[in-house]
Amino acid sequence: MAEFTLPKNSVLMQGKTFKAPEEATNTRRFEVYRWDPDSGENPRIDVFELDMDNCGPMVLDAILKIKNEVDSSLTFRRSCREGVCGSCAMMVNGKNTLACTKAIASYTDTIKIYPLPHLQVIKDLVPDMTHFYAQYASIKPWIETQTPPPADSERLQSKEDREKLDGLYDCVLCACCSTSCPSYWWNSERYLGPAVLLQAYRWLVDSRDENTGERLDELEDPFKLYRCHTIMNCTDTCPKGLNPAKAIAETKKLLVQRKLG
Amino acid sequence: MAININRPTSPHLQVYKLPLTGIISITHRMTGVMLSAGLILFVYIISALAGGENSYTAMQSVMSLWLLKLLCWGFIYALFFHLCHGVRHLIWDCGNSFELATLNRYALIELAASLALTLLTFVWGCYGY
Repeated sequence: MAEFTLPKNSVLMQGKTFKAPEEATNTRRFEVYRWDPDSGENPRIDVFELDMDNCGPMVLDAILKIKNEVDSSLTFRRSCREGVCGSCAMMVNGKNTLACTKAIASYTDTIKIYPLPHLQVIKDLVPDMTHFYAQYASIKPWIETQTPPPADSERLQSKEDREKLDGLYDCVLCACCSTSCPSYWWNSERYLGPAVLLQAYRWLVDSRDENTGERLDELEDPFKLYRCHTIMNCTDTCPKGLNPAKAIAETKKLLVQRKLG
Repeated sequence: MAININRPTSPHLQVYKLPLTGIISITHRMTGVMLSAGLILFVYIISALAGGENSYTAMQSVMSLWLLKLLCWGFIYALFFHLCHGVRHLIWDCGNSFELATLNRYALIELAASLALTLLTFVWGCYGY
């Protein structure tokens, strides 16, 4: 069901303010969402003023600086710091992105950092992704075949067929798109969401996969696929520049084409 | 130590900045609701037409109230907006124009077209017959 307001336990409180060192001349204000599961309190917004002359260029650098120098209890996911692992997905100034590939200089003034929207928060910027990964597993993200493999080679693919996977295989499953989608906010229990649907399409168009029919059967559902209303938040927010909305439209087209024979 | 499972929901609509396409999408839905509700007015008008001279005159005086005139123009704008974004949906359904760079341009064209059609209707209403 669509809930437009936050439940009681999720309403934000004012948090602490951490001032920049006095000698700092080039400071920037960061407002960061905090929730400590052990405190029993509601989530709060902490304010950190950082010395930008002594900080790396990316949003992730600022978050690491906070953890290293100001408040070591700040909790977040990060790994590759170059946009290939998808761990540091979060909402920065009202839009989902990867903190590691987003330059601080691309914003003016205060930078507001929240966890990915409409998920259960485990701690601070770490949301619970269990449901998202379960949905991913549900589309069987692996090759499925009917025919025996060739005796003397692997299952080969022409260059043209391989090109069909460009813009699909590049997805790092950071969930920026799915958690930007209002349809996913209100219906995530049954709607698969843009990231998982993009992956579903990736297997639909793979020339080596032989289970296209069954995959389409699985998707032909008023909720799983058709809760997409082309709101386009997914394509707008994808930090890898991919186009989940297009993949969903192509999936809908495949279903129509199958019906028309 | 027990794990706190009373986890908060992270902020969503309250803090997410909807892009123009997102705003247009929710407006499309709202205009759809308005158009359905506006049909009551529409039915009132045609039933007054069918009811003969007395009901027609009564309807005319009701419809000349500024509030109802405003409602009427709101209905007309909602109709054209809904139509324009409906056409946009047809283009999308064919798998076209999903490119990020074109999204805002198309959104602005829709807005301009719906305003222009409303304006044309206004001009037609004033001078057309």
